[in-house]
Formats: sequence, C-alpha cells, structure tokens
Amino acid sequence: MSKGAASNLLFQSSDWNFETLARTYDAIEEIALDDLGLDVYPNQLEIISSEQMLDAYSSVGMPLMYQHWSFGKRFVFEDHLYRRGRRGLAYELVINSNPCITYLMEENTMAMQALVTAHAAFGHNHFFKNNYLFRQWTDASAILSYMDFAKKYISKCEERHGTPAVEAILDSAHALMEQGVFRYRRPPRLSTEKEQERMRERLEYEEQTFSDLWRTLPPAGENNDPTQLERELSERKKSLNLPEENLLYFLEKTSLILEPWQREILRIVRVIAQYFYPQRQTKVMNEGCATFVHYTIMNTLFDQDKISEGAMLEILQSHTNVVFQPGFDDPRFPGINPYALGFAMMQDIERICVEPTAEDRDWFPEIAGTGLWRETLLDAWANHRDESFILQFLSPALIRKFRLFLLTDEADDNFCEVASIHNERGYETIRGALARSYDIGSSQPDIQVMDVDLLGDRHLRLQHNVKNGVLLEENSRDATLRHVRRLWGYEVSLAGVDMETGETLYECSTEELSD
Amino acid sequence: MPNFIDRRLNPKDKSLGNRQRFLKRAREELKRTIKERVKSGKIADVDAEQNVSMPARGVNEPAFQPDANSGERRHVLPGNREFAAGDRIPKRGSGGGAGSAGAGTGQSEDEFQFVLSREEVLDLFFEDLELPDMVKLNLKESVTFKRRRAGFSASGSPTNINVGRTMRNSYGRRIALRRPSRREIEALADEIAGLETEPRGRIKHRQRLEELRQKLDSLERRRRRIPYVDPVDIRFNRFEPQPLPNASAVMFCLMDVSASMGEREKDLAKRFFVLLHLFLKRRYERIDIVFIRHTDEAGEVDENTFFYSKQSGGTVVSTALEEMLRVIRERYPAHEWNIYAAQASDGENISGDSERCASLLHDELMGLCQYYAYVEIIDERETEIFGTTDNGTSLWRAYRTVDGEWPNFQMTRIAKPADIYPVFRKLFGKQPEMQLRK
Repeated sequence: MSKGAASNLLFQSSDWNFETLARTYDAIEEIALDDLGLDVYPNQLEIISSEQMLDAYSSVGMPLMYQHWSFGKRFVFEDHLYRRGRRGLAYELVINSNPCITYLMEENTMAMQALVTAHAAFGHNHFFKNNYLFRQWTDASAILSYMDFAKKYISKCEERHGTPAVEAILDSAHALMEQGVFRYRRPPRLSTEKEQERMRERLEYEEQTFSDLWRTLPPAGENNDPTQLERELSERKKSLNLPEENLLYFLEKTSLILEPWQREILRIVRVIAQYFYPQRQTKVMNEGCATFVHYTIMNTLFDQDKISEGAMLEILQSHTNVVFQPGFDDPRFPGINPYALGFAMMQDIERICVEPTAEDRDWFPEIAGTGLWRETLLDAWANHRDESFILQFLSPALIRKFRLFLLTDEADDNFCEVASIHNERGYETIRGALARSYDIGSSQPDIQVMDVDLLGDRHLRLQHNVKNGVLLEENSRDATLRHVRRLWGYEVSLAGVDMETGETLYECSTEELSD
Repeated sequence: MPNFIDRRLNPKDKSLGNRQRFLKRAREELKRTIKERVKSGKIADVDAEQNVSMPARGVNEPAFQPDANSGERRHVLPGNREFAAGDRIPKRGSGGGAGSAGAGTGQSEDEFQFVLSREEVLDLFFEDLELPDMVKLNLKESVTFKRRRAGFSASGSPTNINVGRTMRNSYGRRIALRRPSRREIEALADEIAGLETEPRGRIKHRQRLEELRQKLDSLERRRRRIPYVDPVDIRFNRFEPQPLPNASAVMFCLMDVSASMGEREKDLAKRFFVLLHLFLKRRYERIDIVFIRHTDEAGEVDENTFFYSKQSGGTVVSTALEEMLRVIRERYPAHEWNIYAAQASDGENISGDSERCASLLHDELMGLCQYYAYVEIIDERETEIFGTTDNGTSLWRAYRTVDGEWPNFQMTRIAKPADIYPVFRKLFGKQPEMQLRK
C-alpha cells in the first residue's frame, strides 16, 4: 500500500533534476488545462542562479535590456539588501512573451519548483495571454525581438555618438516614462522587421535628401496676410493633435531639436513604458490569478497523492507567507498585499458560486449559487483590470474579513477621519474607494501638452490637471521639467489647473529655474 | 513537455556594465562628500572604510510625483479593530497610513548606504595630487620592474625558446622511445643495396633481402611516428618581473611637541602629518618615513609615539634639524634617496635659535633636500594680522630668508582644520619650475 502510494509521487526528495521537473510540469499542465481550463502560451522554463536573478531584477525583469546607469543603481541597491540578508530573492520571474519565459531559481527545492511552475508558467501565463489589457496593449510575440533591437540600437548609438550623449537622452526619457504611455488610444502594434525597415528608410532618406542649400534660403516673405497666418497656425495646432497626454510621443514627433537617433531612443523608452502599463493596472488580478491557480493545482495534486505531505507543508508555508496581510498598525505593514487581496477575492468568488449566503445572493445575483466558479473566474481574468475587478467583485464578507476601513486625509488637517468601516453603510464606499485607489489614472498625475506656438517663441505649455488638490512634489517636478526642456529645446512651462473649479493653482516655467 | 533551458552557466555579470556606469556617475558626488568630510571631520577617519549614503545629486531619477503633503486623499486600510465611522485620528509625524508607507519605500532607494573601501576613499581623496618632484627619475610610481631570468617554463613566446634545454628533453625522449637513428637506417639501406647488386637466385639471399626491407620499413615508420623534436620537449626561458627601487624617497616629519604647542596646535599639526603620511603611504609604497619630534631636545620616534605620546619641555627647533641631519648622514645618503621634509611648529623658539635653524637649512639641509615644507600653526585671530605679511614669529622671519633663496622651500600658515586641506594641496601641487638636482 505504502509502496503504491510512494510510486505515485511526482518527486520524493527536495532535490530537483530535469526529469522530476518535466514530470511535475506534465502533471501540473494536465490539471491546469483540463480542470481549470486555462489557455496559455507555450512555456519556456529557464533555470538561473541567484546572481542572474539579481541581474534580472535590475534590468526591470527583462531578459534583454539596454545599458544604463540607473539599472546599475538598482543593482547596487538590490545587491546590498540581498547580501545583508535584508531581502530574499523572488523564487521566479515571468516575462510576458510568447513563448512565455519563466525563470526558476536553482536554489529552490523541488516542492518550490512545482509551486513556482504552477504559479508562473500557468497562472501568470494564462493571465498574460487572456487579459484584455495585455491583448490590446502589448504584443507578447514581438517584445523579445523588439528588446533585442532596442539593445543593439542603443549600443550602436553609443558607439556613434558617445555614451554621455545617449545617457543624457535616456535620462530625460526615463524621467518622462510615466507620461510616455497612451492611456486611451491604442498604440500601433510593433513588428521588428518593419521597425528596422522603417528606421533604415528614414536614415537613408535623410542622407539622400540632405542638401546644405536649404540652409541658405532666405526666410519666407513676411507679407502674408494675417488670415492666412492664422489659418496656418490653427492647422498646425490641429495637426499636432493637442492636447496630448503622451509627452514622450509628443516630443518624439514634434521636438525641433532632436536628431533621428534621439527620436528613436525616445520611442524605445516609450514602447517599454507602454509594455509595462497593463502590468501596473493588474497587479492584484495578476498575482491573485497566479496564486489562486497554484493553490488550486497544488491541492489537486495533493489530493491525487502526487505530492507528499512534507512537500505540501512546505508549499503551504510558502503560500501563507505570500498571502500574509498585516494590519495597518503592524510595523510590517507595506500597504495592501496584492497577493493577499487578489487571492482572497478569487477564493471568495469560488465560495459565492458554490455556497453563497443570503447576503451574497443580494450582492451578486448573477453568480451566486451557479456553481460555475471556473467560468466566472476565467471571465473575470479576461475582462477586468484591478479597478473594475474590485468594483465588481469585492464582497461584504471579504471587507469584514480584512476589516477594511476608509480613512480620509486632508493635508491641512491634523486629523484623519475614519469615513467608513466594515458595516452595512460602509461597504459601498469602501469598495468604491479601494477600486479607485487601483486606478492608475487617478493615482498618477495627469499631465498634458496643451499648447505650443511653433511659429512664435516655441514655448511648450503643459497642464497638470489637479485632482483633489494633490499637487506635485516640487523638487522632482522642477528637475523633470528641466528634462522636458532638454528634449524640447525651448522653454517649457507647467500650469496646475484644478479639475473641478478650473482655477490655476500654480505655474512654473523653466525660465525661472536655474540649472 | 515544456522547453527547459539551463541558463546557470551563462555569464553572470550582465549588470557589471551598468554598475560601472553608475559608480562613474556617482564618482563626482562621492568625491565631493569625501572632501567635505576631510575638511570638517576627523582626519584619522579617512584611513578607513566609509559608509557613504547614496549620492543624491547626479544619480536621482526625477519624475512627476504627487506631493504627499497636499490635497485630499482617501486610504483603504485593513485590520480595523476599534474605529467607528466618524472617529478622528491624530496624524503621526508624516501622516499615517498608506501614504507614508508608500513614501517610505520610495525614499529608501535614494537613501541607502554604500560602503566604499579604504582604497576607494583614499583614491577619491588623493585624486590629482602628487608629491612634488619625483621628477628626478621622471616617474609617477617609485617602483619599477626589471625582468629577471627565473628558470624554465613549458609555455612562452618562440623568441624565448631555450634550445639547449629543449634539445636535452628531445634527446632523452628519443632514447626512451628508441627512435631509430639515421645511422642505423643508413646501415640497413647500405646492406640492402649491397644485397641487391649481388646476383639473385638463392632463396636464402632473397629471404634475407625481404627481411631487411621489412625491417627498414618498420624502422622508417617508427622514425616518422616519433618526431625528432616534439612540442612536449620545448622549454622556454622564464622571466619574472622584479621590483627595483629606482626612486627611494624618505619623508621627514618634524614636529614641535613642547609645552608651547597647545592641544589645538598639536591637533592641527597631527592632522597635517596624518594627511601627508596617508598620502605617502598610498602613492609611494617604497618610501621611508622618519618621525622626529622635539622640545628642547629632539629624537627620532616611531609613528605612534610621534602622534600620540606626550612630552613637555622647552623649545629648541634646531635640535630637530640636527637630528634630521644626523639621520640623513647615517641612513639616507642624498645620492641614493630623495629627501622630503615637513615641519610643523607654532613658530615659537628659544631666542637666538631661529637664526641657527635658518643657517642649518641654508648651509646643510636645503642642499640635501628635494623639498622642505614648513607649516606654522597660528591662532585664528592671528590670521588677520599675519595672513599676508612677512612679520611673525622669529622662526617665521628667519625662514623667510630661506624661502627667498631656495625654490624648493615652502612655508605656510594654517589656523583651523579646514585650512589644512587647501594648504596640503598647495604644498604638494605640481611645481614644474622647481630646480632639478642632478
């Protein structure tokens, strides 16, 4: 009996080898695809050492990345923490690409490798492939070749124009990374072959059409009639497509002082920012999905007697660490743990579908008691981001379980006020407030290009749409504005306008800033 | 079945380039930090690892960020125990809840501490400083290397092949493997040729011929298989770089430790020497340092005693110079050593002795020294009086005459710790106009 059970186990010891990895992978895959109905990109699992994990950390998790000192800074930082034992390393790292690349740390035990495989290679992978944000805004099959192109292009630029010049552009572009994404418009899909073709054509065209004679032409006649000028002006503004939320895009297309290679670098930074944009909007869902998937799969494997009790205990211990949520007054409190919230919500959805209470039937009439938790979850994973997911699915039961409360905090008041707690009156407010706090649109400053007088002094006017009176931190604001000026080449000013009253709260211009 | 790839053997230091870029970028800032510390902090601390915090300027990455201290925010927090709606909670310090926690993690990356090793600290500190006039041998480093024969090695460049040793090895190997010699083969060939000219016919004769041919054949094959000189035979002459003293330098540190030197003066003088000492130790590994302290009598002491032990008495500066002269005569002949001297004093001296000091310098020491620096430690109030004039203590006035005549004599006044570093730079800045002693 015991012998039969033992032979059923996928692995016995905590050491792993490629055979047990493959065997476990197959068992996990079976459950993931047949039982949970996941739909994933082909998997590529790569075994790396801890040093390589640190490397990957510092290049924002991309396997290929151009060189920049800021990645070195991150590396020194992570390395310092790691060596002092202040921080452990992640067990895995997964890249939204097709095939989906998952890094497994060599130090992991076999039980951890199984957990990580289920978590990353199936949980995250499914989410990347199916969530609407990723489908619409990123191109998993092109990202690796694009990064390859970007890395080569930037190192070529460094050879040609010198590292300091390239670094200067990258510094400025990185400062505007947050403002380098399209939030509402869909960016064009990339294809590297086309990309390179385009770049070559652009350079060739410029070389062919270069004529020094143009420089010597006298300026156009001044005697145009004013209506003509006005019409040209408005046409130009229209062609600039203002207001524009994507500052990097605007600068790349419109700046008068940038050289072609500098524009290309802005483009690269912008593309990377756009690539990561969906991940930032789906932290809770993405981690929740992966955690839910690994939890379900590991339990199923255990039920099938494929994992020993010892291994299961190790897995559960690691799982509980991951979904640990300390209270707000705990010294360890880092904010709401996306793993904890996501996982709890998804478990809660399963509960509502299978064994709802009367309250759940009131709040979630569509799904309560249907028993279709797999379908409900698959649908949620595909069609929501954090904000809408919380707004839709955060149940009163969960609010009570987390004992969530809402605190309003006004800058000029010495007291915070508890606005709502986990009671009948508070559920709606808390849910709404929590959902909004995951809306990047509301937590990130909204800065747009409003106007630029290309025919006059070329002064670039930006506008910060101030919400709830939250201004910008001044030092970093001024430093960032200097970066904008570096890319734009002429003076830049930023005005903060209150969204509700329309009143101008502050104004600053690079003319007043000293370097 | 997924695609497993083992990347563990891939190169590890993918971040090395980025790291170097970062350190290069931080360098200016770090240098500034270190300089500030040397100016205001304890100088003995320079000679150690330094915990520097992440330099802010130059390596911060600005972005538009919401200001934590403005506007109205709403935080949803877990773990409510006792609050009811409408409760008002006083804010702690920087405001409670998620806002401050978020800011905390954001800042930590900018504020983390670095450890710079002692070497790195000193490198930053000494950058673009140089001892004057090691030009005597026109070298930056006082250690040069000469290649000396040191046995044989199995690898090397063809020009260094040692033929004798190689052939010996080859001979031994040929004997050991019984490589047929040319003579043996020739003898056999002769015999075959001889047999071939004889009339054929006899069976025995033919057999013999056949036998000999086979033997010749096998010998020749053996000879081909065993080369005359095999790569394993080859030996190269090995050379080893050996350090050669080509610029021995000795640094004399002279200090007045008499009662007239108060704690402040001693402290300043100490700091000055610590700096010199550090500098010399660092840049010139082959440099001797002689510490001479004096009251009304002088003596050569070790480094520790020089800086840290107490002694009191009168002040006769010339005793130190005489002691220095004695040490030079005994151990550091001027034709073998570059002699540098630095003297720190408060300028007080027993009357009549200052002239003697000046004449000692004139007649003896300045002829021997490459460079002589005199630092007078004065009161801060005195800076205004003496700052630029030639007036001052008797020693100062006496030394002025030396200063006028010898270009390799330097004298300066310092009044506070912050003065030391600039003086130090001035004293040891490059002095191309200085005379060279042949």
